[in-house]
Amino acid sequence: MHDTATSTPLNYGETTPERQRLGGMITWGATALLAAIALYQTLFVAGFTASGFSNWRPILYAYGAWGIALGVAQVVANGEQGKRALFVLPAILFTVAMVIFPTLFGFYIALTDWNLASQDGMKFNGLDNFWQMLGDPFFWNAMLNMVFYVAMVLVEYVIAFGLALLLNSEIRARKFFRVAFLLPLMLSPVAVSWMVGKSMMEVRFGPISNFLKWLGVANPSFFGDAWVAKFTIQAMDAWTFIPFIMIMLLAGLQALPKDVIEASQVDGANKWQQFWGVIFPLMIPVSITAIVLRIIFKLKIADIIINVTSGGPGGATDSVTSFIFREYRDRSNVGYGTMLAMTYLVLIIVFITLLLKFVDRWRRSLT
Amino acid sequence: MSDATIKYAAYVAPETGANEKAKIWTSKIFIYGALLLWTIICLFPIYWTITTSFKIAPNVMKGALVPWWDYMPDWKGWRSIGLSPDTLGEISTVREEFFKRFFNSLIASLGASFLAIVIGSLAAYGLTRFKYRWLWMRNNDISFFFLSQLILPPVVLALPFLVLYRDLALLDTLTGLIMLYTLMVLPIVIWIMRDQFESIPLELEEAALVDGLSTWGAFLQIVFPIALPGMVAAFVLSMILCWNEYFFAALLTSTNSTTLPVMVASQTGSQGINWWSMAALSTAAIFPLIVVGIVLERYIIKGMTAGAVK
Repeated sequence: MHDTATSTPLNYGETTPERQRLGGMITWGATALLAAIALYQTLFVAGFTASGFSNWRPILYAYGAWGIALGVAQVVANGEQGKRALFVLPAILFTVAMVIFPTLFGFYIALTDWNLASQDGMKFNGLDNFWQMLGDPFFWNAMLNMVFYVAMVLVEYVIAFGLALLLNSEIRARKFFRVAFLLPLMLSPVAVSWMVGKSMMEVRFGPISNFLKWLGVANPSFFGDAWVAKFTIQAMDAWTFIPFIMIMLLAGLQALPKDVIEASQVDGANKWQQFWGVIFPLMIPVSITAIVLRIIFKLKIADIIINVTSGGPGGATDSVTSFIFREYRDRSNVGYGTMLAMTYLVLIIVFITLLLKFVDRWRRSLT
Repeated sequence: MSDATIKYAAYVAPETGANEKAKIWTSKIFIYGALLLWTIICLFPIYWTITTSFKIAPNVMKGALVPWWDYMPDWKGWRSIGLSPDTLGEISTVREEFFKRFFNSLIASLGASFLAIVIGSLAAYGLTRFKYRWLWMRNNDISFFFLSQLILPPVVLALPFLVLYRDLALLDTLTGLIMLYTLMVLPIVIWIMRDQFESIPLELEEAALVDGLSTWGAFLQIVFPIALPGMVAAFVLSMILCWNEYFFAALLTSTNSTTLPVMVASQTGSQGINWWSMAALSTAAIFPLIVVGIVLERYIIKGMTAGAVK
């Protein structure tokens, strides 16, 4: 572990061999102490020794102390360069502890048969969960729903672009409209689930149902039909997140070079030509950033689904996250749920990497 | 100029003017119409929730919309959560419960945002100013390592954390939530702060170093005050995200440290919910954020657009 977080200095400046040695000793000493404490507790939990801590909390403190010692060692060994390392060291140690370790642990859990509700505890069962997943229609159904939800980002983008153009035109009370348009983003998805999903869409006396009845729809129902339910959930999610895309696009519109726009007006282009010929091409970089970020957020969609439909009717609105949430909540099936989550993670990484590659190539082909 | 041309000009001008005017008016009507429509879409659910919290059963069933006009506002919903004027002085278990959840949310989001701002700003500053090298990783790789955490779906971490937190005795504690929330907003903070530090000219620090300040001295005394608006933006955005977080809170807390969204969700889940008390609870839960949204709009927009436009 010793050189995990070391930033090898480019020049050694004020440091001396003695200080280097002392720093190394601190690092190794702290690492040995951390390892010893961890071993002490592992042996106790495994039943080889009689004494130990009541839980693993001390290991966490030891990790914190180890991090501090690592920082001290950096400064002792490398002087000014070590002080510079102190800027990134806390964030790196924190992220490594909070992400890398749990993820690796997660990959291990994924290979076990582990139900928190049963008394058996954890049993290693290799790839059994994986084969079970391949034959699980509900999981693949949730994956397909994710494709739908992600594809809908383009619709959100078009609406958001329209709104950004509106806000960017010469209007009065621009600040009022901007705040009003931003507010849905402030609301928690859980509150939105009740406000919109459960009360405004209530079949008997919700205002949206009443409005639809007034329009002539006989029996408005939002979560009965599979596709209607999917679009309803999507609409609620879009409602909260369109402001996010809109604000980014608005910033892009406001940063457009004024002279280029004016030049196109002098050339006699009408609004339509001006938009497609000048504004849109200049907006492509911001658009890509906004869409990619939105897709990343969209892949985490869960709160609204969990609270409004619980995935129903018949899994029609399920996202992968909400499906796994229920796999754990209702069945305490940790091993299988984790396998699904890890598969999802791998698929997401592949998808995002391909997306970025594709976007990059497409942009280069444009210029 | 002859009389004829003047007459001609005088004759033509009003007509094109009228045409032009009609065009401007149609586009104006279209623009304001669209703006108003979307404003209604954005604000109506909020209006609906607030007004519903003052309704009683018959008003709800009637589908009443406008207070004082088609129904008389009533404190019933607010009384049921102990927040109406006449129950404020009395002891109310529901109100106590609400404030417990409220302060849990507040502590969790403040704590996580603060922690994320501290370690995130330091990392962002280091990454924009110094060259790091560890094994094959350079500054860009380290930055990518941080930002890539944004992709990680919460569900991947949820179950391992459930098990780890159980062993670390961190289940159902605010400390555990704060650590997770810090992790969740850290990439966003680093993203915003990197953009912020890049916009600060290097000369300022060089001058400070010449004046005898150390690296950390220059950061704390010179750069920190200038970067403060960016930090506020990142802080506000983190606060909002943590305040609204539901997934981890629902999985990792049970009695002591559940947050407001979990309380709201548990109420909606029960059968035969009272609309008025649910609406009052929702209103109370979203109210702080609406205030934040209106008052700190400038910072929220600053945070969201960081790095988007180069």
